Amino acid sequence: MAAEVAPKLTRKDFVADQEVRWCPGCGDYSILANVQRVMPELGVPRENIVFISGIGCSSRFPYYMDTYGFHTIHGRAPAFATGAKAANPNLSVWVVTGDGDGLSIGGNHLLHTIRRNLDIQILLFNNQVYGLTKGQYSPTSALGMRSKSSPQGSIDHPVDPISYALGCGATFVARTIDVDAKHMQQVLKRAHDHKGTSFIEILQNCPVFNDGIWEDVEDRKTRAKNTLVLEHGEPLVFGSEGERKGILMQDGRPQVIDLADDDDPKERGVVIHDEKLETPSYASALATLTRPDFPLPVGVIREVEKTCYEELLEDQIKEAVDQKGAGDLHALLHSGDTWTVS
Amino acid sequence: MSSKTSEPQGPTSGDSDGKTDLKPTTEIDDVAIRFAGDSGDGMQLTGTKFTDETAMAGNDLSTFPDFPAEIRAPAGTMAGVSGFQIHFSSHDIHTPADRVDLLIAFNPAALRANLEDVRSQGMVVINSDAFTQKALTRAGYEEDPREELKTRYALVEIPLTRLNREALQGLSLSQREADRCKNFFALGLLCWLYCRPTEATERWLAGKFKGDVLQANLTTLRAGFAFGETTELFPVHYTIPSAKIEAGTYRNITGNSALAWGILAAGKQLSMPVFLGAYPITPASDVLHEVSRHHEFGIKTFQAEDEMAAVSSTIGAAFAGQLGVTISSGPGFILKQEALGLAVMVELPLVAINVQRAGPATGSPTKTEQGDLLAVLFGRHSQSPVPVLAASTPGDCFHIVLEAFHIATKYMTPVVVLSDGYLANSAEPWKIPDVDSLPRSTVNFAGRETMGADTEFEPYRRDPATLARPWAIPGTPGLEHRIGGLTKEDISGNVVYTAENHQRMVDLRAAKVARIAEDIPPLEVEGPDSGELLVIGWGGTRGAITAAVESAREDGLSVSQAYIRHLNPFPSNLKEVLTSFKHVLCPELNEGQLAMLLRSRFLVDVQSFSKVAGQPFKVQEIRERIDSFLTEKS
Repeated sequence: MAAEVAPKLTRKDFVADQEVRWCPGCGDYSILANVQRVMPELGVPRENIVFISGIGCSSRFPYYMDTYGFHTIHGRAPAFATGAKAANPNLSVWVVTGDGDGLSIGGNHLLHTIRRNLDIQILLFNNQVYGLTKGQYSPTSALGMRSKSSPQGSIDHPVDPISYALGCGATFVARTIDVDAKHMQQVLKRAHDHKGTSFIEILQNCPVFNDGIWEDVEDRKTRAKNTLVLEHGEPLVFGSEGERKGILMQDGRPQVIDLADDDDPKERGVVIHDEKLETPSYASALATLTRPDFPLPVGVIREVEKTCYEELLEDQIKEAVDQKGAGDLHALLHSGDTWTVS
Repeated sequence: MSSKTSEPQGPTSGDSDGKTDLKPTTEIDDVAIRFAGDSGDGMQLTGTKFTDETAMAGNDLSTFPDFPAEIRAPAGTMAGVSGFQIHFSSHDIHTPADRVDLLIAFNPAALRANLEDVRSQGMVVINSDAFTQKALTRAGYEEDPREELKTRYALVEIPLTRLNREALQGLSLSQREADRCKNFFALGLLCWLYCRPTEATERWLAGKFKGDVLQANLTTLRAGFAFGETTELFPVHYTIPSAKIEAGTYRNITGNSALAWGILAAGKQLSMPVFLGAYPITPASDVLHEVSRHHEFGIKTFQAEDEMAAVSSTIGAAFAGQLGVTISSGPGFILKQEALGLAVMVELPLVAINVQRAGPATGSPTKTEQGDLLAVLFGRHSQSPVPVLAASTPGDCFHIVLEAFHIATKYMTPVVVLSDGYLANSAEPWKIPDVDSLPRSTVNFAGRETMGADTEFEPYRRDPATLARPWAIPGTPGLEHRIGGLTKEDISGNVVYTAENHQRMVDLRAAKVARIAEDIPPLEVEGPDSGELLVIGWGGTRGAITAAVESAREDGLSVSQAYIRHLNPFPSNLKEVLTSFKHVLCPELNEGQLAMLLRSRFLVDVQSFSKVAGQPFKVQEIRERIDSFLTEKS
């Protein structure tokens, strides 16, 4: 990141002068506000921040951020971001996508961008429905979901964004919830600090076409019971006081146990969360935890280190210059066999 | 063809062993030969090396490699035949020649696939060791064709496999490894036959191989040369005097190398870093390969996951302030059209190169065609104007990339460059341009200092001269702004959907591209400025059209020629040129795409001459059409 000290900015410095055109009550409002709140705390000059999106409700995001922004084409935002970041590694590049844009038409670009591990952030808003095209089932919609294009129920098995990202070899994978401002801000900061591609699934409510899909984890009253808040080095414990539960692994399978208030989870064999495990099997096991039998994990599921594409790209240029000297056009044109006619 | 024979004389030039030339030489001024064999026989390499030697001998030349799409089709079958044709001359030539004077066929399939292109009584050299019953059957011959061939051609049978093995006895190579060298025996023989030096090939071998493999190739190359000298099969050999060409330093170049070097040169001439995003596709991949070998130029190459990512990453790099270029062939280019529409909308500069191939669908990947002209002009949805340039010779591919970048950055627009499979792989001698004479230009990014202190940055406020919008790149303080595919308000760049603004933006984008015509030189007519017939073409057919028109004029016909390098916008005098002739004929390797454009744009009765066979025009085809056309019209 740029070395110069950015002038102290506030949330307002990141609010564009454009009228926000999401539906009333859309989860995107909360995400936008939290992203705008986090930006001044990153220590990145505003002019170095770029938001790049594809197509869909979520992808209108860049228009509302007073940074550099590029609203591109359906599914391909990760590829545009790859070009921008590779061209100028000093930029702080944020991709905003949705479950349709990122996992349907853009699934391939998401895969390859994640595996290259460019130092960018990818925010995938998951509302399990196509909003902008007015309510068709998406790649994350549950089997049987009734929608305009699936009046008898969807017969597609859904893809899980977290499992997908892990399968792509993501070095940073996290999940947060649209209405949980504090948690989201923490996760966004962690994502920015991570060197490599940070993938964040943000659970987002669509009040018009899929209202209440995340209600049990969005509602403060039921959230503790239904979410497992991950902290590196801390045991996998969830539930409110008096109803604490823990997760342990038995024969490679997760299992929920009840914890008394004075139980030490470690002694009870509850798994200690470790983001840094090189093998993705633990993270993948976490990703399979689904309600109602298990709580939904939120927070940083995995953070490991790998080389970044844009750095290796620049290294190869340096290596070529070291070996051959800076490119000389005259020498290039005269390389190999030439002859002179007088 | 003129020829004169001289008696045996002193040592040949390039004969480093100081042996005496035992045979008479005959001077000829023009010859075309073709190497043909299995795709594993090294025909392309052999042809390329012969080309290098021919260039060093000072002849004008033109080559036509013709190979199958399969990497290794079954050996000995017609599907696996790979050919390399070279036409070289003591005078200026424009094409690889319609027919060859000599064919060297490594097996029966190569003979069968290529025989029809040998001129009557031309020389056919075959590897007689390969003419087994089994091989003849594989090639589809019901009976041995050799006896019958002798009536129509000068058939020369050489036991190439055996001679090569004998030459390599004593080296520790397996028979299989030894057999792989036999193309160099043939190369040595043909170098002797046409009095070519072999130094460049020997130098190349020394740089490429070592140990026994190097020794084997050198040995068989020299053995082939010596075989020519001593065998009674060739009573004479030929000299082709150097061509009288413009003074300067020359090299051979293919269209693909020229595109690659043009890309590298663009970074230098515009003093900007270049980003190449590409996905491998025949016949464009060699451009990616060549550029990737030259990271010392500071260029970033990105092999994307697909064609959409290739162009999208390139636009992303352009957004971030680099010279973006993407390259593919028809099937890939079509996948890029969506993103190019976005580039039109957001008015960012980039160059998209399409090395056209025969289609539709996968078509014939290694064969040439000009079928994508209308697709690049009109193949995106809605009104989406882009400038389109087409290269006409291998060397032109270099200059056209530079021009495309100048247009792209001056007018803030994507620019399409068309090449084709024929230009991509064909070689010609190219006068190396003086680097200092190449056009340079400076790109000015927008900066805060160009605006008033309290002024909002306006991403769509245009330069009144070019109608280009400012290029404001991330990292520039105070110029934060958003672009995207939604319709933008003129000047402010905000999203608006009003009818009046939409119309204005459509008109502005069209006017901007039309204005590029001011930078385009007027169309030149070769031959008289007016008359009976104008033959007009574009792209890689230029050489064949030129040769046909020149021959027609030599025969006293009233025919002129013009070729269009700028297909959008057209040169401003195009209508005037078209209407100065009674008739206009437009040969194209498609079903009349330019002809359709010219007719609709200028209401001129342009007659199409179409060929869509995956092969370039033969000169004779165009000449015959000129003749028949003039007969019909008279």
